[in-house]
Amino acid sequence: MTTLILRRLILAIPTLFIVVSLTFLLMRWAPGNPFSNERKIPPEILAELEKQYDLNGTVTSQYLRYMGKLVHGDLSISTQYRNRTVNDILAQALPVSVLLGGLAYLLALLIGIPLGAYAAVRQDQKADRLAMLAALLGLSVPSFVLAPLLVMLFGVKLHWLPVAGWGSPDQIILPVFCLAIPFAAAIARLTRGSLLDVLNLDFIRTARAKGLPEDEVLYRHALKIAILPLISYSGPALAGILTGSLVIETLFDIPGIGRFFINSVLNRDPMMSAGVVLVFSAFLLFMNLVSDVLISLLDRRVKIE
Amino acid sequence: MKTFHLVLRALRQSRWLAFCACFVVFVVLLAIFGPHLTRYNYAAISDTSLQPPSFAHWFGTDLNGRDLLTRTLYGARMSLLVAALGTFVSLTVGVSYGMISGYAGGRVDSLMMRLVEILYSLPSLILVIILVATLEKPVTTVLQHLWLGSIPPRLVLLVVFIGLTEWLTMARIIRGQTLVLKEQAFIQASAALGQSHARLLFRHLLPNLSGIILVYLTLTIPAIMIDEAFLSFLGLGVQPPQASWGTLIADGAAAINPIQLYWWLLLFPGGMMTVTLLALNFLGDGLRDTLDPRGKK
Repeated sequence: MTTLILRRLILAIPTLFIVVSLTFLLMRWAPGNPFSNERKIPPEILAELEKQYDLNGTVTSQYLRYMGKLVHGDLSISTQYRNRTVNDILAQALPVSVLLGGLAYLLALLIGIPLGAYAAVRQDQKADRLAMLAALLGLSVPSFVLAPLLVMLFGVKLHWLPVAGWGSPDQIILPVFCLAIPFAAAIARLTRGSLLDVLNLDFIRTARAKGLPEDEVLYRHALKIAILPLISYSGPALAGILTGSLVIETLFDIPGIGRFFINSVLNRDPMMSAGVVLVFSAFLLFMNLVSDVLISLLDRRVKIE
Repeated sequence: MKTFHLVLRALRQSRWLAFCACFVVFVVLLAIFGPHLTRYNYAAISDTSLQPPSFAHWFGTDLNGRDLLTRTLYGARMSLLVAALGTFVSLTVGVSYGMISGYAGGRVDSLMMRLVEILYSLPSLILVIILVATLEKPVTTVLQHLWLGSIPPRLVLLVVFIGLTEWLTMARIIRGQTLVLKEQAFIQASAALGQSHARLLFRHLLPNLSGIILVYLTLTIPAIMIDEAFLSFLGLGVQPPQASWGTLIADGAAAINPIQLYWWLLLFPGGMMTVTLLALNFLGDGLRDTLDPRGKK
């Protein structure tokens, strides 16, 4: 176990290094300048600005200086949000995105697991078919279609919920729901399939044979094993939540990390883009490691190396 | 062809599956011929802007007075084109990677799978955003040098990079199947007869993988369509006046305002896309139940 964790962590460092370097270098090599997007500015002022943001000299030397600061945990100053450090912006935006994504994943679990279990118990009956059709529909409606439609309906037409913004509880409902739907659908399908597998295992037959009530067999024995695949699903799912929240944050005007990221890429802000990519990748690598460790601790059948 | 017969049997057995297959064919035909069948041009601006659906404009008109039906059909063409080409990229990479990894086995296999594992844990679409946003000018230059200046550079970027994000699952599944197949007698016999690796891979392994390839082909197409629309929604798709379902949906979402509802801008392209994705996913699921040797769920 310790060697697994160590090996993964050692592998993570070159991965993060490559990803951050790629982002920074592409941003600087690509035509376009973080300071002159809208109008041309005099070359003297541009030179002064570049110097101020430590983006003067050759791209290689800029990159080396950036990486030098990065090693010490300094993500430099954002060129787009002038006078704010990337560390500062991330510290403010990250909790917003984590809250949004976390609530969405929680909601997805709360919808997905019961729906999947309900369908599995009624395998091949009408209720099962209907539940799985609903899940397939949930997977097929992209969040960028669902979200604006719901905004039109509940925000503009019915005035039940605010159209956008972040801060009050009623502003959280729509974005969390829209972000959660595709994951709830995937979780429902996964739970159903896995529960059907488990219900065919010997220990379930034993539990039934010794006269346990069906509810107890289902909830105390079967479901506990059947949700194991969800743990390994959570790694990739979190990647999906991260990318999904780019759209949701843009659409609902939520001051999360995703909105900052999109703006920074479109405005050629190398510091902000590289910083966000670093945080996203590190977070994902870490969560994948956690889910792998958890699954090998919980499931005796799985042995990771 | 065994695969072909299995597909036909599956379609005969399930009315819904057959219906979805027909619907997908219908959407493809609409995408190819539709834009020429309407009375309007997809890029023609008129002064009748933001008209609700009527007999003259079945889907209404957009902000610039363009006919939304024509634009939705044209968008279908763009979305399906990106999906088809992107799936081709992802399929080629995924199948060859998986086959080589499984066939080679040993150290090569574990190294190749280690790489897949690393790529899995990267936020691939976020990296695609950076690549598409920064590489537009270089790709334009390259295309012009190749006398291909008329191809939109964004199209090339989308096809290549989205295709390169969706091959991992395919590679894993093909590798697993290859591992199983290469132990079987007919492969061993061909190897004993002294056939070359290339012949074994292409003549003997590939045909036996065709069923599973077809299943994941059907499931990769909707995944790539969603990715394309996602990037288009964020402003990284094809450039106006061209349109894909993603850019049309983005236009519809941008037109949301507290005073007047332009629901048709969102509902028609979004609805078309959702229904098409649903049909493709349903088809993919159905084919997986028949063709995936790893058993039915």
